[in-house]
Amino acid sequence: MIDLIEARKNQVYVNKKDSFNIECDKKSVAGSVSQRACVFCGSRVVLYPIADALHLIHGPIGCAAYTWDIRGALSSGPELHRMSFCTDLRENDVIYGGEKKLYNALISLIEKYNPKAAFIYSTCIVGLIGDDINAVCRRVSSEKNIPVIPVHSEGFKGTKKDGYRAACEALFTLTGFDNESEVPKHSINILGDFNLAGESWIIKNYYKEMGIDVVSCLTGDGRIDEIKKAHRASLNVVQCSGSMTFLAKLMKEKYGIPFIRVSYFGIEDLSEALYEVARFFNEKEIIDKTSELVGRELSAIYPEIIKFRSKLEGKKAAIYVGGSFKAFSLVKALRHLGMKTEVVGSQTGSKDDYDYLKEICDEGTIIVDDTNPLELSHFIEERGVDLLIGGVKERPIAYKLGIAFCDHNHERKIPLAGFEGMVNFCREVYSSVLSPVWKYSPAYRKRKGGIV
Amino acid sequence: MLLRHTTDKVAERSALTINPAKTCQPVGAMYAALGINKCLPHSHGSQGCCAYHRSSLTRHFKDPIMATTSSFTEGASVFGGQANILEAITNIFALYDPEIIAVHTTCLSETIGDDLNQIIKKAYQEGKIPKGKKVFYASTPSFKGSHVTGYSNMTTGMVQYFSENTGKPLKQINLIPSFIEPSDMAEIKRMTSEMGVKFVMFPDTSGVVNSPMDGKFHMYPKGGTTIEQIKSAGDSSFTLALGRVGAMSAAKLLDTKCKVPCEILDLPIGVRGTDNFLDNLRKVAGVHVPDSLMMERGQLVDVMTDMSQYTYNKTAALVGDPDILVSTAEFLVDLGIKILYVVSGTPAGPKFERRIKEIAGEDVKVKTGANADMFYFHQLIKGNKPDLIFGNTYAKYIARDEDIPLIRIGFPIYDRVGHQYMPIMGYKGGLRLLEKILSAVMDRQDRDAPEERYELVM
Repeated sequence: MIDLIEARKNQVYVNKKDSFNIECDKKSVAGSVSQRACVFCGSRVVLYPIADALHLIHGPIGCAAYTWDIRGALSSGPELHRMSFCTDLRENDVIYGGEKKLYNALISLIEKYNPKAAFIYSTCIVGLIGDDINAVCRRVSSEKNIPVIPVHSEGFKGTKKDGYRAACEALFTLTGFDNESEVPKHSINILGDFNLAGESWIIKNYYKEMGIDVVSCLTGDGRIDEIKKAHRASLNVVQCSGSMTFLAKLMKEKYGIPFIRVSYFGIEDLSEALYEVARFFNEKEIIDKTSELVGRELSAIYPEIIKFRSKLEGKKAAIYVGGSFKAFSLVKALRHLGMKTEVVGSQTGSKDDYDYLKEICDEGTIIVDDTNPLELSHFIEERGVDLLIGGVKERPIAYKLGIAFCDHNHERKIPLAGFEGMVNFCREVYSSVLSPVWKYSPAYRKRKGGIV
Repeated sequence: MLLRHTTDKVAERSALTINPAKTCQPVGAMYAALGINKCLPHSHGSQGCCAYHRSSLTRHFKDPIMATTSSFTEGASVFGGQANILEAITNIFALYDPEIIAVHTTCLSETIGDDLNQIIKKAYQEGKIPKGKKVFYASTPSFKGSHVTGYSNMTTGMVQYFSENTGKPLKQINLIPSFIEPSDMAEIKRMTSEMGVKFVMFPDTSGVVNSPMDGKFHMYPKGGTTIEQIKSAGDSSFTLALGRVGAMSAAKLLDTKCKVPCEILDLPIGVRGTDNFLDNLRKVAGVHVPDSLMMERGQLVDVMTDMSQYTYNKTAALVGDPDILVSTAEFLVDLGIKILYVVSGTPAGPKFERRIKEIAGEDVKVKTGANADMFYFHQLIKGNKPDLIFGNTYAKYIARDEDIPLIRIGFPIYDRVGHQYMPIMGYKGGLRLLEKILSAVMDRQDRDAPEERYELVM
């Protein structure tokens, strides 16, 4: 193994199914080429899909520029979330404070766009100059009569996870308002699905078929009015546990809504998710409908998967994604394709997550927390990996190494959730791994010659 | 109609930017630093800054972009980031072994007031920097200027730290390009070599951010200017800065620090821009323009004349980075295209406005700096629709809403390839830009032509 920097030693582990405790939940080592982002990024990605809200970034222009419409979180209606609004703080504001600028910006934006609510994101600099954004938000809220919610997402205040938490706190303040409109008996909230490439729509359709009503999807294709009545659902179904479990816990405490953690990726996890929700309501009709749905969909996609499997069997994969729940599902999904996971890691996994990973991965699989390109490329070469699954910063690394890539992050263009998503996933893996372009890759040529 | 809310009435805005036509300094600094051989850019701020800049550059170049971060914490923000960067320097050399670390600041570290000069000195003194290795920095607060300013500051930092007048003059000239594509940097080098002129160009990102696929991950691809070369720039006979906003500051510093005289030129886009560049090169190096380049010029002029009926009297609106806008505008005017609007989020000042008006006439509407954003640009376009839009990827929303062809130039371009490898500068690059313009105009004509006027030969 390469020389791991001392401080990283406990964040890399070769699976022996022993009692090794991977270190996680810690800040990246100063000086590392971390693939991670900051608190602001965490809040921004979680709240971004709420399409009828105003998202105003209070800070210098960069934070707004880099998060302008970068996430394919689809909306079925308003698209206000795809605009980029920023107070664009300049030197004078840093010296004299930006509260007035924030106030004026808010007033004019609310007058112009009539949003249902406004989220105000604090960036690093706001945390330092000490603008009282709570006060500004309160004032604008009372003047304009809409919720104006401060999101305390100063970048330096922790990791991306702390940003999720700040976003959850912001969302929580919106719940509990609407106690009038009708909420059906069998109803849930979907938490932690962001409607990338329309995934929330697929999942919602399943629930509809099962006879279960979705009160609110947090936050995919999200609407403020739905969030306002979210507290009246019977169950919170949490995907992407890293980002949204905190909100589920808050809602459990205050409104007594139980929650379950699920994943909509891959056959087992998806089926189990639907069954678990059905079991929660424990009514024969729902359970029957769910079995029918799962059975029908499985028999529809299974032949497809078998086709892909025949071409992919024995190939090796590496996974490096943001959340660890996604990693679990991917390990299992790859197994259906006969592919072995050689390396798996996440940016934000917790201790429990890594313990579970140890359990489901084969012996010898390398498990990493918060890796960097050098490490990652080393492991990929060492293990002769054929496919990397990751996000924007990992893609070119895979391609330079001459191996296939599948985007399982913001930039995916096709839905990977749901049963049809599983087929899409297989197709994407298949078309990347078997693309004729790799015949120009030295790694491929070397392997063909039998020297790995 | 993503931008359905935009109206043609331009309202006064004092407090906000809607859909920016710029981004912040550090990303420009990171890009400039990648133009040094075996250099690892380091972001002195929160983790997010570094991640965003790397993502942004990765999306634009489709290449791995390496940079490290000080990973600021709450503590660092109270007590200063000295401990973070000292730890970072140790870790970086231990783990990634670069020749040089180029540190840039962020809004966070600037506001805290970390004295990086002193901190880096301390790192040298404490032996945290291995022998022969280098660390330097540039101040790039995000609340001033734009990504072009950051690029300029980092480039100036290179002169500040490394260029040296040793008293032994070298028969070479310096070329300092503004924030442009690696393909354009390569084209400028090719033309200069064709002229038979010895030169040092910095920064030079060609070969770094458009590196070949060879089945390996290279932390430091082959390209980039070496420190030796940057050092020797202090002994050069002359400096040509290409682009006032992005390249002037470094050239001026070479003049004051090392007594290397300089000329500030526009970027060599189009006939006039390239003529001017080669003419200056010819004069300062005492060489002739070779037939090979005259041939390229002739070919560009040939296509311009062949196709002039398609470009004449068309109208255009431009948004992006000032140096690229100036030279593009000049080329468009030479093609008979009338320029209506020029917008840049980079505060380029009155000189820029004067230069654009000199090129495009008094009627052109120019705005830079505060409130000069895509929203404002869109409002102008709604008022009077041009035939063509020139801008980065973010202009595509406007192009779609208003049904106007977009020609992608500048940074960032996330949704097309080619810019990394094929230049728009020089005569050859002029041909490429012209081809793009003509294809846009003619595709549109084909699309909109009634059947009886749908032409085979154009």
